[in-house]
Amino acid sequence: MSWKRIWTMFKARNYEFFRDRAAFGWNFLFPFLIIAGFAIAFGGRDLSGFKVGVFPATSENPVLTGRNLPRKFIRTQHLEFIGFPDQAAGLEKLRHHQIDFLLRLDSPKPQYWLMESSPKGYLAERIFQSSFVPDDGSYGIKEAVSGTEIRYIDWLFPGILGMNMMFSALWGVGYIIVRYRKNGVLKRLKATPLTAFEYLTAQAMSRFFLLIFTLIVVWVGTELLFHIRVVGSYLDLLAVFALGGLSLTSIGLLLAARGKSEEFTSGALNFIAWPMMFLSEVWFSLEGSPQWLKSFSELLPLTHLLRAARKIMNDGAGLGQVSGDCLVLIGFTLVCLVLGAVLFSWND
Amino acid sequence: METPILEVKNLVKRYKAVAAVAGISFAIRPGVCFGLLGPNGAGKTTALEVIEGIIPATGGEMLFNGAPRAASFHEEVGIQFQHTTLLDFLTVRDTLVTFRNLYQDPEPLEYLVEVCNLDEIMDQMNNRISGGQAQRLMLALALVNRPRLVFLDEPSTGLDPQARRNLWDIVRSIKESGKTVILTTHSMDEAEYLCDEIAIMDHGLIIAQGTPAELIRRYCTGTVISLPRNRVKMELARLPLPYKEVNGRLEIMVENLKDGLETLLALQLDLTEMTVHSPDLEDVFINLTGRKLRE
Repeated sequence: MSWKRIWTMFKARNYEFFRDRAAFGWNFLFPFLIIAGFAIAFGGRDLSGFKVGVFPATSENPVLTGRNLPRKFIRTQHLEFIGFPDQAAGLEKLRHHQIDFLLRLDSPKPQYWLMESSPKGYLAERIFQSSFVPDDGSYGIKEAVSGTEIRYIDWLFPGILGMNMMFSALWGVGYIIVRYRKNGVLKRLKATPLTAFEYLTAQAMSRFFLLIFTLIVVWVGTELLFHIRVVGSYLDLLAVFALGGLSLTSIGLLLAARGKSEEFTSGALNFIAWPMMFLSEVWFSLEGSPQWLKSFSELLPLTHLLRAARKIMNDGAGLGQVSGDCLVLIGFTLVCLVLGAVLFSWND
Repeated sequence: METPILEVKNLVKRYKAVAAVAGISFAIRPGVCFGLLGPNGAGKTTALEVIEGIIPATGGEMLFNGAPRAASFHEEVGIQFQHTTLLDFLTVRDTLVTFRNLYQDPEPLEYLVEVCNLDEIMDQMNNRISGGQAQRLMLALALVNRPRLVFLDEPSTGLDPQARRNLWDIVRSIKESGKTVILTTHSMDEAEYLCDEIAIMDHGLIIAQGTPAELIRRYCTGTVISLPRNRVKMELARLPLPYKEVNGRLEIMVENLKDGLETLLALQLDLTEMTVHSPDLEDVFINLTGRKLRE
């Protein structure tokens, strides 16, 4: 094995990444835009509130005081009221799950609509009905949880970073190597003393470096604007993201071991990326989901990366407390790297 | 007797039932330019890539300097492929430096730049250079490790005449520097200009081998008279001279030009658009296969 050759290929790949301005910019811009978009659109709030449509209303932000609605309902937190000019417009939105509940304002007796299959509609109905019952203080003893509140953006942020890492690792390694195989770059390299192991090591090192570099730049940019809260150690967090980056890169290497068709590889990458995006708790928690889904989610490296990162960021956990997730990531990396190296072919 | 730098014995490469290379043998002396000549699909590129160690052989033996290929084989040979791409966002300089660093004893950068005439494009990105410039860069990459044996697979395909001539001059200078060159081509001009020895391939087999002069002497004697087929109104079976029909023309081989012309005039043939030339490698190929190289 020659470190000189590994270093040479490492540098060559990095030159490519930094000089391809479109891809380079997008790697930084994509996660930042998503975070900024969420922060601006939802002000860092959790997205699990209820949307209640009301009609007839002359504006989208209707004035509800003085209307035929219980004050208790109007003042309920996490309800967002959206005005519609007539019933048809409101029902259209309800049918498409763009609102959870629709109320008529101009009838003497409350009249409302909901989708029977919608859990949010059901809950909105219960809230609406309970708002007609006076409080008698017999509901139990309320205890507020003290400490700094975890905003949705704080919970979401590691998910976005992990997702960006996943896309960058899978496409930046898997897709690129397949493209190089198809257009003959790999064949040209095979005609040199470079070995498959040296080449794959250089690709993995380069992608790992770029992932960490991107992570730090995006983090600093987001921190400046949104002040992301980190309770635990930044070093621990870096270690967890490094392990996650390696495991995701190794999947890219494994996928790129043989393929020669960019279309097929793209499909295979999507087949792996989409379940990870939705089942690894990037956007929402799987709490309450069926057990089989949770068990499946445990097979995905992104799940372990995000769980460990959130424990460190939001709960102040140390590396020892997330060692289980770290071990899974290490195991994943080793298995995929070894398989990728064994299966790798320069030509087809 | 001098040990051949490359010896190929009964090389076979099969893809399922198809034999792309059906058992070829040849030996190349050090310092010569050896051409594998043949039409598209003859098996030249496959043969070359098997010899280069890029694709595995189905059967046969290859000796480099009298011994089976060692792990250091790619340190000692230079390869230019027919179709290949380089990393898009690297400059020509970066590419040369990158490839130099993959070898133990590379040529100085200045030498490569001078030999392959790359000075003006050193700071251009690989995806911005012309076809001729790319071929010169590929040639430089094939020379980057001071190879004793250089493989060139159709090096001038797709180049304009001037770029082609420039490339030939570079290949000649490589040969003059003492390196052995093995090249594939379907260009007769290229083979005649560059090659000391030629093996003609068709359907995965070598059908003739020797120096260009030997091949012409062996397979074509006299002069070739070429006529458009549609000018010859008579029944061809009555033509008292050996001929072949190639691409709408009648190629008539005559021992003596004067006698041949007199025979044709006696047959009252329309000799408009007639051409006369000495036999070349194209005629050798036509004589051997009844087809033109580029068919």
